[in-house]
Amino acid sequence: MLQNVGVLGIILGVIARFWPVWLALGVLLTLSFLYRRKLGLYGHVINSGVGFAGVTICGFWIFTALLAPLVAPFGPLEQIAVMKHALPGSIEKVSGIPFYFGGDKLARDVFSRMVYGSRIVLAIAPAATAISLMVGSLLGLPAGFYGGRIDAFLSFISNLVLAFPVILLFYLLVTPGIMETAVPYVMAGFFFIFPILFFVALFYTGYSKQKNMLILLLGITALIGGWLYAGLVFDADPLGIVHIEPNELNIFVAVAFASSPGVFRIVRGLTMDIKTREYINAALTRGERPWYIMLWEILPNARGPLIVDTCLRIGYTTILLGTLGFFGLGMASESPDWGTAIKDGSQFLRLYVWPALVPAVALMSFVLGLNLLADALREQSLRD
Amino acid sequence: MLKFLLRRLGVMALTMFVLSLVVFYFANLEPNLKKLAIFQTQTRASQQELDNWLERNGYRDNFFIRYGRWIGVVQQQPVMDPETHTIVPRFRYCDEPSVPAYNGVLQGNFGCSTAFKVKVQDKLPSALVATGILMFWVMITMVPTALLIGVLAGMREGSRLDRGLSILSITSTATPEYVSGIIFTVIFASWLKVLNGSAATATSEGISFYNFTLPVMTLAIYGVGYIARMTRASMAEVMSSQYIRTARLKGLSFGQVVMKHALRNALIAPFTVIMLQLPWLLTGVVVVEAIFRYQGFGFLLVSAASNNDIDLLLACGLVSVTLVLATQLISDIGYAWLNPRIRIS
Repeated sequence: MLQNVGVLGIILGVIARFWPVWLALGVLLTLSFLYRRKLGLYGHVINSGVGFAGVTICGFWIFTALLAPLVAPFGPLEQIAVMKHALPGSIEKVSGIPFYFGGDKLARDVFSRMVYGSRIVLAIAPAATAISLMVGSLLGLPAGFYGGRIDAFLSFISNLVLAFPVILLFYLLVTPGIMETAVPYVMAGFFFIFPILFFVALFYTGYSKQKNMLILLLGITALIGGWLYAGLVFDADPLGIVHIEPNELNIFVAVAFASSPGVFRIVRGLTMDIKTREYINAALTRGERPWYIMLWEILPNARGPLIVDTCLRIGYTTILLGTLGFFGLGMASESPDWGTAIKDGSQFLRLYVWPALVPAVALMSFVLGLNLLADALREQSLRD
Repeated sequence: MLKFLLRRLGVMALTMFVLSLVVFYFANLEPNLKKLAIFQTQTRASQQELDNWLERNGYRDNFFIRYGRWIGVVQQQPVMDPETHTIVPRFRYCDEPSVPAYNGVLQGNFGCSTAFKVKVQDKLPSALVATGILMFWVMITMVPTALLIGVLAGMREGSRLDRGLSILSITSTATPEYVSGIIFTVIFASWLKVLNGSAATATSEGISFYNFTLPVMTLAIYGVGYIARMTRASMAEVMSSQYIRTARLKGLSFGQVVMKHALRNALIAPFTVIMLQLPWLLTGVVVVEAIFRYQGFGFLLVSAASNNDIDLLLACGLVSVTLVLATQLISDIGYAWLNPRIRIS
């Protein structure tokens, strides 16, 4: 029989394990609270109860992901045979450290896997959202601004994607077989070009009068963009730093693909609304180019709703990632990400609840934090 | 109105066509075909034999010809065995016409399921009915709950009731089905032991409160929050409008104003949301049917995809896309019909 630290021992032990996170969170919250008057929107948000809760939960998971090796007592794949399906709080003999949230079916520490799982989720979800944000903006702006044929065509394409139930999209796009074909790479090549295009367009329109500045900025964009592009799409980074596993690329692209049309619709709607304002007329009369107006006049003025939507969208992307993991699509079978962990745990749910319950609660709390943050942001932007 | 309807139907048909092409392309990717050939011939067949099998059964023909055969606008040729010179069907468990014939989706033939070893059209209706029952109960519970929460919260914006209900709905939108399914099973099936954690008996013995509550609850909870938030926003907007103030100043009680004046106008916007929620439910259905082992449409989709059952996957894809497009159309028409302000002439 394994020794157990008991309920109180688990609670105190877990709180103690998270010490680096508490420290970082404490510093962040103290600083934000001290300087809240100078921080604009963020300062207002943290001052409201809901916003404070949102920032705390999101901050907690961000720091957990960053400091995972410090927090987790065991490795995500480390198996200790006697701990198979161990009760939460069972002490592992060799190291003397308990499995706070028990062991799973392959005798791995559920607590450590939850901590390491946050890394995967927090790396993919915000990055995929950022990509879809740029794809959506770059296509939504002209659709809303010009209207007519361009709008009809782009809206048709976005409705095509939206008419796919997400799960069907995933079952068609994220399969082991598809990695043998060129499809994921073609899609990655298409989606990753958008950030580069976005920044090139942004700088080109914004700095067209300052030639030196423009050349410098375009050079930096081409260098960094080209480097990331080569590494991510062709897996040919000359420095060997940027590398992504084929299955991760597949997941990433599928998630970005699924959430881009949503951004497109929002940006398009906002553009149509803002287009009628006085200052856009003023800019048109001044003789500004359309793309300057779109990127430097309309986009900054659409930021309020876009920030709120981005928060919600990161949460939604997290849910999508969980869905992929839950159906065993794309992720490696031993991956500690929350969706895969929920799938693995739910096989023995009636006998051992902890391997599934722990990642489920983790995923829910992170999405809840993002939703609360979005709610507080919306409330603040309505007040202004 | 008729012009609007025709236009919408035209766009829908075009969308349908493009989407069916996309589904057909992705379901018939080379690795999938290779897997199918390996599965259908002996396990140790050589590359040559695999190619022969694919060639003989028409999988190597032009993409658009194959698509046309599946849809039913190109004639399907009977498959000839090269050794015995007799006509054999593609899969031995499904009979095929022995003369060239139009035999596709338009003729009601969805092909042959290799996973269940029956024709797809024999398997699909019962699964759709099972999922339909599930959806029905979800709608019955989800919609009134969500509307009630939304109306109560939006009635007095900023009140304590509003705050509480809003937090509740935010939490529910943060809980995807695979999370709430796990949590509910743990609470109601493992600890309290009042409900059955599996709906497998619902297929064989019929549905009951005991085996069907958990799937319905799990599926409903994710949608409730979203619809409630929309209803709340719509209600709050209506409650701050001029005619509500007039009604209040006229001396009507708060309850009368809410019931007689606000409610009807506040429920137009949520209608669209509820209709558009159906496609979302489709993903949820797949998750819930997997968690609770209920044999409906989602179960079919998962088994088709994981067993490389190309014809069944195609049929499932077609059905779900049709469902989504139909709900979009209904929600558009319904919205135009309900809301006199945007009536399209």
